[in-house]
Amino acid sequence: MKNSGTFSITAHGDCEIVVTRVFDAPRRLVFDAYTKAELVKRWLLGPEGWSMPVCEIDLRAGGKYRYVWRNDADGSEMGMGGIYREVVAPDRIVATEKFDEAWYPGEAVGTIVLVERDGKTTLTQTILYDSRATRDAVLKSPMQYGLGMSYDRLEKFLDSAGREALSA
Amino acid sequence: MVMEPIGYSQASGRLDATFAALADPTRRAILARLAKGEASVTDLAQPFAMSQPAISKHLRVLERAGLISRGRDAQRRPRRLEAQPLRDANRWLENYRRFWEAQFGRLDSLLRELQRGERKKRGKSVVRKKAGSLRQAQGKLSPGLAPGSE
Repeated sequence: MKNSGTFSITAHGDCEIVVTRVFDAPRRLVFDAYTKAELVKRWLLGPEGWSMPVCEIDLRAGGKYRYVWRNDADGSEMGMGGIYREVVAPDRIVATEKFDEAWYPGEAVGTIVLVERDGKTTLTQTILYDSRATRDAVLKSPMQYGLGMSYDRLEKFLDSAGREALSA
Repeated sequence: MVMEPIGYSQASGRLDATFAALADPTRRAILARLAKGEASVTDLAQPFAMSQPAISKHLRVLERAGLISRGRDAQRRPRRLEAQPLRDANRWLENYRRFWEAQFGRLDSLLRELQRGERKKRGKSVVRKKAGSLRQAQGKLSPGLAPGSE
């Protein structure tokens, strides 16, 4: 994929995780793709084999959103949602987020910032957890151990030394 | 948004230890050395400007994380790499990256499609505008008043 190399996951401070990616499109289109339900349903489909039967977005500060994904093989569902805190088209969205069956306590706040340069848009997606308890739970969860270290660095290591050992 | 990868809950404790152990450059270097074959503590201490106790401390962390084990030779007690935790950590990262790359890859295609749609629309409106202004220009130019006719 053309922009795969621009994808990164890093940790900021104690409570944040940051994903960045570059897209070959003006930011108002990226903004639309993140905020119009009929567009979100076309790309945020979850893991392979899942679909997104529910995507409801009330795009305004105080408005709610709700996403539900379904495993097409066994019918199991996974839902999440939250409330928009800030909506500044076409460059900034702040919203709370919580999974129906969250594996961490408390609520997270996601911030999406879009910066356009020469027709390309850099997306920065930050997730901020609300407390030390949440942060600690997330640290122990399967998703975010990487807090406090660079995934890139680890990947580089795993690529070189790791691969040798793994193929052994 | 962050999604939990499916099927990694049980491995989470161990992965935590794996990632913590891998966060240190000396420990990564030790693992890189052990990837080439087992080695004694003395061998391992050699390339580093470090005392043997300092190296032993790192080895203990790696051992607790299950990343290395001790060989049978009671005197040398060579350390060797245990590949499974690395494999788990690698798979977890792969999963996370693959998850988001799949979403973003689809977003790439959608954005391309939206842009194509816009260009088409804009192209049509440019043609309409051009045709319009041409008609307008033609209307203004009555015969005999065309530039250069005098």
